[in-house]
Amino acid sequence: MADRYEVRLSGAGGQGLVLGGVILAEAIALFEGINAVQTQSYGPEARGGASKSEVIISDGDIDYPKATKIDLLLCLTQESCDKYSVDLKEGGILLADSRMVTKLPEGNYKVYHLPIIDTAKDKVGKVFVANIVALGAIAGLLKSVSLENVEKAVLRRVPKGTESLNRRALSLGYELVT
Amino acid sequence: MKGKEVFFQGNEACAEGALYAGCRFFGGYPITPSTEIAEILSNRLPKIGGAFIQMEDEIAAMASIIGASLVGKKSLTATSGPGMSLKLENLGFACITEVPCVIVNVMRGGPSTGLPTGPGQSDVMQAKWGTHGDHPAVVLAPASVQEIFNETVRAFNLAERLRTPVILLTDEIIGHMREKIVIPEEGVLEIWDRSRPDCSPEEFLPYDTSKGIVPPMADFGSGYRHHVTGLNHDASGFPTNKPSLVQPEEERLMAKVTENLDIIEKYEHLKKDGAKVGIVAYGSSARSAKAAIKQAEEEGIPVDFVRPITLWPYPTEPTLEMAGKVDVIIVPEMNLGQMIDEVQRCILGKARVIGVNRVDGDPITPENILEKIREVV
Repeated sequence: MADRYEVRLSGAGGQGLVLGGVILAEAIALFEGINAVQTQSYGPEARGGASKSEVIISDGDIDYPKATKIDLLLCLTQESCDKYSVDLKEGGILLADSRMVTKLPEGNYKVYHLPIIDTAKDKVGKVFVANIVALGAIAGLLKSVSLENVEKAVLRRVPKGTESLNRRALSLGYELVT
Repeated sequence: MKGKEVFFQGNEACAEGALYAGCRFFGGYPITPSTEIAEILSNRLPKIGGAFIQMEDEIAAMASIIGASLVGKKSLTATSGPGMSLKLENLGFACITEVPCVIVNVMRGGPSTGLPTGPGQSDVMQAKWGTHGDHPAVVLAPASVQEIFNETVRAFNLAERLRTPVILLTDEIIGHMREKIVIPEEGVLEIWDRSRPDCSPEEFLPYDTSKGIVPPMADFGSGYRHHVTGLNHDASGFPTNKPSLVQPEEERLMAKVTENLDIIEKYEHLKKDGAKVGIVAYGSSARSAKAAIKQAEEEGIPVDFVRPITLWPYPTEPTLEMAGKVDVIIVPEMNLGQMIDEVQRCILGKARVIGVNRVDGDPITPENILEKIREVV
């Protein structure tokens, strides 16, 4: 069977995780030439509640589009970490926000406990780019996608006038892990 | 396929497919998980001379697309279960008046308002029998983003060719899922238009079947008189309750489908040597089934597979063929057992049929199906 790599971005509704997943998957599917499928799951509320977005990456066909054995999990809230870390596979990567996630799950994971939200708030000056900071970190950890291609995908999807803000957020996130 | 590569959501592909097919009117009422279709078309249609109207409710939305189609525009509405229930009355009106149109139902969970953001496949029987009375049902159930695009185009083609409403049945998973697809160049996919009268307005009869089972249709306002009623009618379009006219007309409505199966039926049938287990699955559950079949194969268990792409009329032939070969047929669906009855009807008792059913808002996983495969072999 073809290699399958599963990424889940989780947090609260309104943190831009669905967009984050779309950007990541688009960078891989359109610019890396590998298959990627993105799905999402959220509650009826527009803000708050646990929200997740998943990206499946494979050099073969992707039949089942949802994550079951996660290779890389991003958690931007404690609630999402408690709820969604159960599917992280042994030896998988856990990328958690160091301010919001204080209680890390026990298990054999490679943990990156990083100031994602603080980087967005203090260094970029806008907390709403936390999703892009996280994408920068993910780009640094994933072998299947380059930072350049993630940046290309970011610029296609973010509102006009926010390009330099998002570029900065992306590179600061990348620097957190490299 | 020659065209442009894009990374699209299922609902986006549906809107794009509608435009490709020549849709120029959308009347709807937004509802999760179908809203993106309305959102995209509200932006795109006015720019190409089309029209978008957000109606006061789904009943009016369905009426609006019938009206738009009567004046000659290919028309679409999109909704989910709760809205579909409201559209049913006018769906029957479109069936008996033979007005081509396309209705998308992006299925979510539960009866009533149920699970707004969760997936479901509980409207498959509603799609066939939801509106009252004997009526033809053409229902397409794609399973990928590319297939949503292509089947949306085909939905319009069939609606036009058969002069009947066509339902495109997707679900929250494939509606919101994003994949890379190819938007074909103009001319790559065939586009069909309704046949229009070649007689003079004076000679025109709106339900004249002398030249074929599907009568030509004149655009309202083009000078051809066309009386439109939900009552049983004769060739002139005016009501009749004459038994000798009513019976053949109702039979003709059904025959438009049964006599055109060559253009309507579409399915995938995968056969493995020595398979004693088969799966029938559609929509997003078919993706789980395919993943389970690949895993089973790695464990040395061959499994046959039938995936209806046209869900109604149901593809009897491949299902019956599979039943003649395997001992057990598994039918995974995100409802408590609906298409399983149809599978059972087709196979004349030739195999045991069991379901894998989930309505908890989570998809059926490949593991859910694999467990059942292991259990039966």
